[in-house]
Amino acid sequence: MSRCGNLRLWILGLVLLLCFIQSEERRLKSDHHEHNEGHSNMSASTGVPIVSFKWHHVEPPYLIALWVLVSFLGKLVIEANHHVTTYIPESALLICLGFLLGGMIWGADKVQTFKLTPTVFFFYLLPQIILDSGYAMPNKLFFTNMGGILIHAIIGTCWNAATLGLSLWGCHKGGAMGDIDIGLLQYLLFGSLLAAVDPVAVIAVFEQVHVNEVLFIMVFGESLLNDGVTVVLFNVFDAFVSLGGGAIDAKEIVKGIISFFVVAFGGSLVGFVFGLLISLLTRCTKNIQIIEPGFIFVLGYLAYLTAEMLSLSAILSVMFCGMCCQKYINSNMDERSVQTVRSALKVFANGSETIIFVFLGISAIDKSIWVWNTGFILLTLFFILVYRFIGVFVLTWMMNRFRLVPISLVDQVIMGYGGLRGAVAYGLAVLLDETRIKEKNLMISTTLIVVYFTVIFQGITMKPLVQWLKVKRAALVELSLIEKVQNKVFDHALIAIEDISGQIGHNYMRDKNFEEKWMSWFLLKSSARKKQDRLFNVFHELNLQDAMEYVTEGERRGSLDFIRNENAFVDFKKKFDEDFAEAMPDIMADMGVLSFFIMNARVLNVNKEGDPVPSVSLEMHEQNLRGLRQAEEINAHHLLEQHLYKGRKQHRHKFSRSHFSINQDENEVQEIFQRTMRSRLESFKSGKMAGIENPAFMPDVDPSSPMHIPPWLADAELEVSPVAPSQRAQVRLPWMPGHLHRLSSLRTSPRSGDSVQEGDEQLPPSGSRQTF
Amino acid sequence: MGSSSSSLNNVPDGQQLMQETGFSAAHLLRLYERFKFLDKDNRGHLRSEDFEAVPELSENPIGDRIVGAFFLPGQETVDFSSFVRVLAHFRPTEKNRTRAGAQPDPANSRNRKLKFAFRLYDQDRDGKISRIELLQVLREMLGMQVTEEQLQSIADRAIQEADLDKDDAISFDEFRKSLEKVNIDHKMSIRFLE
Repeated sequence: MSRCGNLRLWILGLVLLLCFIQSEERRLKSDHHEHNEGHSNMSASTGVPIVSFKWHHVEPPYLIALWVLVSFLGKLVIEANHHVTTYIPESALLICLGFLLGGMIWGADKVQTFKLTPTVFFFYLLPQIILDSGYAMPNKLFFTNMGGILIHAIIGTCWNAATLGLSLWGCHKGGAMGDIDIGLLQYLLFGSLLAAVDPVAVIAVFEQVHVNEVLFIMVFGESLLNDGVTVVLFNVFDAFVSLGGGAIDAKEIVKGIISFFVVAFGGSLVGFVFGLLISLLTRCTKNIQIIEPGFIFVLGYLAYLTAEMLSLSAILSVMFCGMCCQKYINSNMDERSVQTVRSALKVFANGSETIIFVFLGISAIDKSIWVWNTGFILLTLFFILVYRFIGVFVLTWMMNRFRLVPISLVDQVIMGYGGLRGAVAYGLAVLLDETRIKEKNLMISTTLIVVYFTVIFQGITMKPLVQWLKVKRAALVELSLIEKVQNKVFDHALIAIEDISGQIGHNYMRDKNFEEKWMSWFLLKSSARKKQDRLFNVFHELNLQDAMEYVTEGERRGSLDFIRNENAFVDFKKKFDEDFAEAMPDIMADMGVLSFFIMNARVLNVNKEGDPVPSVSLEMHEQNLRGLRQAEEINAHHLLEQHLYKGRKQHRHKFSRSHFSINQDENEVQEIFQRTMRSRLESFKSGKMAGIENPAFMPDVDPSSPMHIPPWLADAELEVSPVAPSQRAQVRLPWMPGHLHRLSSLRTSPRSGDSVQEGDEQLPPSGSRQTF
Repeated sequence: MGSSSSSLNNVPDGQQLMQETGFSAAHLLRLYERFKFLDKDNRGHLRSEDFEAVPELSENPIGDRIVGAFFLPGQETVDFSSFVRVLAHFRPTEKNRTRAGAQPDPANSRNRKLKFAFRLYDQDRDGKISRIELLQVLREMLGMQVTEEQLQSIADRAIQEADLDKDDAISFDEFRKSLEKVNIDHKMSIRFLE
């Protein structure tokens, strides 16, 4: 750990340097004006200066850069001590580091020159965190739970604000806090700024505790959406406070309620518009791929600022911007640009988070703001916790009546405990007007205490609590094959039942086709639309690592088995080569690399165990068998993941509900449709054959019936289907339960007047007979 | 949707179906409307062609299988009671609400749902999913690029994983056991519109 020890010394050194610079700066500032003229005179008299110390020149950006560096170094030191971070979340440690640094600066300067100012926080540190959250948000999960999230965000936050304000006021009246000059309205204002769950704190604490995704999205979504409420509440109560108690009447209250809707929906709308803008832009940026990622950052930031300018909810704006554009820019942009965006967003977001926490710590070391009122602070803490839990329990109980999957009690406890307050509350507190609110310092102090309590104490105890309560964790367990297949079967079954019973699915987007038909057409590049085909995604996601494991596995097993299985990959390449080369040059490159790996498996020296060449020996036989099993297992899971048909819900560019047409690019649907039609033909014919003389059957089979066979299908039957030359499943689904029929020769017209030969002897026109 | 009880009289066996399946009157009415819509020739029962008239089913890999589940063994028509009884399997499981006169083992219990799913595979109703039956399902669910051998290997492994008594087939108990971690209620329920 000597390196880290050195790092600590570095940090100390840097901070001392900072202090030194500070004091220097102050000294210099005092003689600045005199020196100004003096300088020019001096230079005239002493000749050309070779080197000069131009501190003022660079001071502002230099300090900023230094602070960023210090924060990052702090994070580095913290993360190096892994055994500490398992118990104490990083955010808490960063705050403590902030205390330390603040103490040092205080010691050097006797005044806190560095603070987390609201401007810096709201304009320069917060937007990228929210943009990153929006961009990385799992949309489907979010919208599925949208109802619950909204209820918690809106009603929960209002409840928190109201109860906190009223309770504190009640206690004040009861004399528990001594003599402070705060009226009811100011209490409500205070309540409103402390009511909101903070997204930064939630991310920081929850990312180390991997709870199940529904729980996470409920808390996280709430923390993001409640900004709409917080902004409104804060502004409304601020206005009330300045108006004074007498001017509040029903009209003002109504205006307050209306402003909520305007702020919330307006903010979302602004974000949505900017998201569309980004998607549109990325459609045309093929030639400037090098700075393509820049658009996301600039436009995201503009979304934030625009909403702020229009006094709408900026957090909602930038969040919806990110959520709206993620799908489109991921498809439109080049893979490298997508990577860049993802990584850069993470850098900015994480960096901001670090800086925020460090400065939260530093801001505390400032004698001027501290007013200690035991009653006030303790009561605030108490009420916050209690009302949070009450709110969560009541609201969730109500919600569970309507949810398909109710939220368990344990999850509710975690939701309540996860109501963390953070820097947003502090920022709002500093924004208070001290002329109107005499006890601003008391409020700031209390807010800081609350933030520290939630982030540090609740952060530390969150993980043990989760473990103790046995909260359902994020599912990491590998499903068995049957489970995977069955999950898909369920998906398809649900879709089928929905179609049969005429339901519109319980999916979040009712008119999915609007999105697919219009928005995708509008916002996606044509090549990107093709790329969206599931089959391509399969290859796109094919992990090279996966292939490498397969390769090394094969090596260990021995070369022979390897050759045999090579066919699997080669088939894929052949199939896709002709059809789609132009749409996916990079995928072809991947494939090329894959085949390179496979062909050269024996030559590869990158074997992890260090065996240069797989040896062929007698005992390999045993290993072969075992390895064969393992490879089979890898193979089977792999195949399933790759080739299971996705249901309609996951399909893009699907058909409208009212009529059906074929999208030429949709291989999968083509296949399924072919197969279904073939089997129906089959069973119809066998039904005829079995002599079911139901007159109802005959007239149904004419070209105008719903069972219309498009001409291409009929043609395709006779020739070798290019799709699957080697396997037509011979066993048809028995349409009439109990009958099993082989594939018989098919005619162009489904309506055949004469008898059809039973297909036992005949070979299907495609070629060799396949048997089980 | 208007007064339920008077229109419920038009629904054949309306009251009894409500009791049996747990659908509310409004649900039942809506399903009856749908049934009548599908029954284009107004016969009072549905045949396979009526189901085929639903266009989206032909794009569903197991669409025909689901339709087949509506038909009782040996029957070629589906009357409204059977229609509703099958759909009842997909109702969400209600946990604590007890209805007066509710069935001891309602159609949407976890067990019944699993049985329904099991029967999707086990077409010959012999109580086991044989290798062949599993292969059929896999064939339908997987894309055409999957070769016959790969299918076989997948089916082999699947049976291996689930088959406890080594009879090379999956019985209902084994099926249920292999799915014990899956939230069947969540995965196999849809909220029926009123």
